[in-house]
Amino acid sequence: MPGMKLEVTTAMKARTLTRHFRESLKSLGRNGWMTFASVSAVTVTLLLVGVFVLIMMNLNKVADDLENDVEIKSFVSLEADEARVTEMETAIKSMSGVESVNYSTKEEELSDLVLDFGKEFSLFEQNNPLLDVFYVKATEPQQTENVAKEISQLEGIEKVKYGEGKIEKLFTFLNTGRNVGLVLILALLFTAMFLISNTIRITIVARRHEIEIMKLVGATNWFVRIPFILEGMWLGLLGSILPIGLIIALYYNVTEFAQPKLSGEMIQLLDFAPFIYQVSALILLMGVFIGIWGSFMSIRKFLRV
Amino acid sequence: MIQMKNVYKKYPNGIVALNGMNVEIKQGEFVYIVGPSGAGKSTFIKMMYREESPTSGQMLVNGVDLAKIKRKNVPLLRRQIGVVFQDFKLLPRLNVYENVAFALEVIEEKPEAIRKRVLEVLDLVGLKHKARMFPRELSGGEQQRISVARSIVNTPKVVIADEPTGNLDPETSWDIMNLFERINASGTTILMATHNREIVNTMRHRVIAIEGGLIARDEVGGDYGYEG
Ligand SMILES: Nc1ncnc2c1ncn2[C@@H]1O[C@H](COP(=O)(O)OP(=O)(O)OP(=O)(O)O)[C@@H](O)[C@H]1O
Ligand SMILES: [Mg+2]
Repeated sequence: MPGMKLEVTTAMKARTLTRHFRESLKSLGRNGWMTFASVSAVTVTLLLVGVFVLIMMNLNKVADDLENDVEIKSFVSLEADEARVTEMETAIKSMSGVESVNYSTKEEELSDLVLDFGKEFSLFEQNNPLLDVFYVKATEPQQTENVAKEISQLEGIEKVKYGEGKIEKLFTFLNTGRNVGLVLILALLFTAMFLISNTIRITIVARRHEIEIMKLVGATNWFVRIPFILEGMWLGLLGSILPIGLIIALYYNVTEFAQPKLSGEMIQLLDFAPFIYQVSALILLMGVFIGIWGSFMSIRKFLRV
Repeated sequence: MIQMKNVYKKYPNGIVALNGMNVEIKQGEFVYIVGPSGAGKSTFIKMMYREESPTSGQMLVNGVDLAKIKRKNVPLLRRQIGVVFQDFKLLPRLNVYENVAFALEVIEEKPEAIRKRVLEVLDLVGLKHKARMFPRELSGGEQQRISVARSIVNTPKVVIADEPTGNLDPETSWDIMNLFERINASGTTILMATHNREIVNTMRHRVIAIEGGLIARDEVGGDYGYEG
């Protein structure tokens, strides 16, 4: 009797993969309402996650815009002459942590005021009470305070002003907001996975008898598992279609509405493209991942035949 | 081909189904397993393709010690053994054609070869015309014949059949038996548990009688032996 070659080869033929794809699609159809239930679960969660991601990313953007906008307004005292102003500008520029320095004369300051607040201020044109100003930007928002201190010690600087206390509060607020959002997204994803793997588990429990039969007629674990995993993938893909569509439509309308109103402001929403396509890709990936993971986890314990 | 040494099987519920079995079956043999209901025939058969494992004792199939094969290699063992299950074990969601084709798909056979071979065996069991029907749409006997078709489709070295004629009318039973005879003539080992006296007494082969988990009788060309 020639001994059997009892070694499973893991390499799979392409036609078998084709077979698995065909089977997984057939199974979607034959599973009827269970397919519908799983897809609905994925749809609802991905929609929530998607909206959340939109909000979070834009909040992030707003925070960045605000952070970048923190400027140190350094008032030049009246005693400083033109030569001193040039010296100071060089001095500030050479400080560490300084990104840019802009000089603005008191006349320019006044015309800005007039622009912002109206004609009434043009009265001051005869007798301008304002001071010349250096607008200094730090490379990192967190360095603003140090840079401001250093500038205030320069001779010829009357005083410096920046967001001070308010800025720190804003930063902590935004950071907390970001963290809370992240936790919420994670919690949502976790719930989604639980929901979906449960739905898939119900379909698999109903099919454990089938899995047993497949194993008894010589199927390997992967042969049984792959169609299920592919089915999970389809569920995830199908479940991400509607959320992606809705989110694209939603964000299109939001940006159409908000962009003109925000033109020229320091706070801007993220541009429609490529942002929304990135979010769509993310939703798609999450859907596929949830589906595959859910199937994989649910089928595990039924393969021990 | 198949060797059992002191095989003992105790189910988790405490029932001892096999109580120290010693048997050897050679390649190409045709063996009937007879004995009263609950004697341990199905348990004996389930050991061969490792649906159940012995509590103690040794089992060799084709020279391989079943206690030593790795879990992941069990499918290979099963592919060399065609099984007609007492409860058919057809996949409810697959139609007749797909059920039979499944045994060839797991061994990654070419689609054209699968198609040809499946239609061939469906013809052999006389159910080619019901290829597109689902198991729930078939009678018990028809399901049994599909199970027979699946067991022989990949031309295994051994066909193990647990009461393959249990649900068949006499005429179809003879058809299936003739099929088994033909496969056996081409060198395939056949192991068949049965309660069918007429078949055992007509188509004479080795008879192993199991009673209370022990071999009560083992004779070549023996008869069914139990008085109905
Ligand atoms: N999965 C199981 N768990 C527990 N006990 C079992 C199991 N399968 C069978 N048994 C018991 O083992 C004994 C032998 O059963 P087995 O199915 O082997 O009998 P059998 O000879 O095939 O009977 P039949 O002719 O009715 O098919 C019986 O007493 C049965 O109750
Ligand atoms: Mg039985």
